[in-house]
Amino acid sequence: MRRVSPRTAQRIVVSIMWLLAAATVGTLVFIIAFILVHGVPHITWEFLTQSPVSMGRKGGIFPMIVGTAMVAGLAVIIAAPIGVATAVYLTEYTRESRITAVIRFGADCLAGIPSIIFGLFGFVFFTITLGMGLSVVSGALTLALMVLPTIVRTSEEAIRAVPYAYREVSYGLGSTRWQMVTRVVLQSALPGICTGIVLSLGRSISETAAVMLTAGSALGLPSSLFDSSRTLALHFYILSREGVSMSNAYATASVLIISILVLNVFAYWLMHKLVRKPR
Amino acid sequence: MTDSAEIRAKVRVRNLTVRFAGKETLRNLSLDIYPNERLAIIGPASSGKTTFLRCLNRLNDLQHTFSHTGEILLDGKDVYDPDVDLARLRRRMGMVYAVPEPLPWTIYENLVFGARLAGIRDKDDLNERVERSLKSAYLWEETKDRLHQPAHNLSGGQQQRLCLARVLALKPEVLLLDEPCSGLDPISTAKIEDALVELTASLSIVLVTNNTKQASRVSDRTAFFLMGELIEVGPTQQIFTTPAHERTDAYITGQFG
Repeated sequence: MRRVSPRTAQRIVVSIMWLLAAATVGTLVFIIAFILVHGVPHITWEFLTQSPVSMGRKGGIFPMIVGTAMVAGLAVIIAAPIGVATAVYLTEYTRESRITAVIRFGADCLAGIPSIIFGLFGFVFFTITLGMGLSVVSGALTLALMVLPTIVRTSEEAIRAVPYAYREVSYGLGSTRWQMVTRVVLQSALPGICTGIVLSLGRSISETAAVMLTAGSALGLPSSLFDSSRTLALHFYILSREGVSMSNAYATASVLIISILVLNVFAYWLMHKLVRKPR
Repeated sequence: MTDSAEIRAKVRVRNLTVRFAGKETLRNLSLDIYPNERLAIIGPASSGKTTFLRCLNRLNDLQHTFSHTGEILLDGKDVYDPDVDLARLRRRMGMVYAVPEPLPWTIYENLVFGARLAGIRDKDDLNERVERSLKSAYLWEETKDRLHQPAHNLSGGQQQRLCLARVLALKPEVLLLDEPCSGLDPISTAKIEDALVELTASLSIVLVTNNTKQASRVSDRTAFFLMGELIEVGPTQQIFTTPAHERTDAYITGQFG
């Protein structure tokens, strides 16, 4: 049997990998392009600034933009401090033990739960049991639970990436543990932590199932945190599922994609530009 | 029972035994450090030199497997007393590590970090500390025009002098140096050695070094550690010419280590 020469094998493997990578990127580009092509022509100033008329068949998506910002923003505002604090505790305030293993395992399990389950939990717990109703705050709390594991793990990674020597130097110069954590470790880990938070914000913005059951689908502009509010992703879902208006659905999706794209670019910019390069 | 040595010693180590996870790394070690002296500690790898140094400012506490018996008295007070203020202890006993580790900030921020931790906010005081410590570490001329540039832009030798200056800015009473010149060029090494000699006007120095020539150049007294035990300590001149133990002689003349 003739063997393939190593050079040829190398070429074949490289071509296959190139093809696979191209397929990945290509699919992504195709999806985004497809939606943008169908949606962007329908985005007008009025579309962005007006309320929907006749269930979204006409009019704009302004209440959804506001609702999305409120729900997703509040979710991150709630989840970020808890997540970062958990990460600090796991990395700086405790030794590796059964407890840290359990916390980490729990976080990983939470990250793997389908969002509709979070939605169901939020509906039963926040909306009904705690009496918050279908509201911005119910949706935000549910999303906060959902993105919490992501924030914990990305913050943990960022904190672990801070050289151990920085901690010794800090102690050696007479800092307490708290001073060491706040002035040295968190400061160095900040870009990584921010990246995780921004990615979580993106996930909150694009979430549909969890907010459907908790924030509701009211079309009006939410005037308080206890009002029901429809997010962009949910609006898109309802428009397309009920066949209300495909062009407005695509336009809504385009707005969603563009804002997530902007957020992700921002996250990468943070990661690459703000990270103080080690020597 | 107060003999004269106890009064004179700045740091007095008595019967210090250190274990990591039950394994002895220092055994029944007693050693005095006098005011304004330069004490060099030499010895082969894993002889406990660094462990000893890190006991003095309690950096070993960070390892949870660490335990010790015996006492370390700084001005007559045990540094392991429960009521000791760790931050203050570490300011009094400043440490320079083997690998220069500037924090990822500017030169100026590195230098004032410790003082700020100690609660010093006065700008003039901070600036005075920066200038004085940089001058003491022979780094002022090279950095006075670029204090607000990233410390990581400095060369390795300059970074190590910055680390020395950073500790000096806290006005320590004892300076602990853990092989501070191990990775440095000869010029930076010479500058650090010159700085050390001048510094003993105001503080005591404990210098752990793998370079026996450096010990003989810089120190007043030399201690020889081997396998976690203090073999002997005496005036540097004597250790290097007529050591009492043959192991010391063998190490200094390069027969092992």
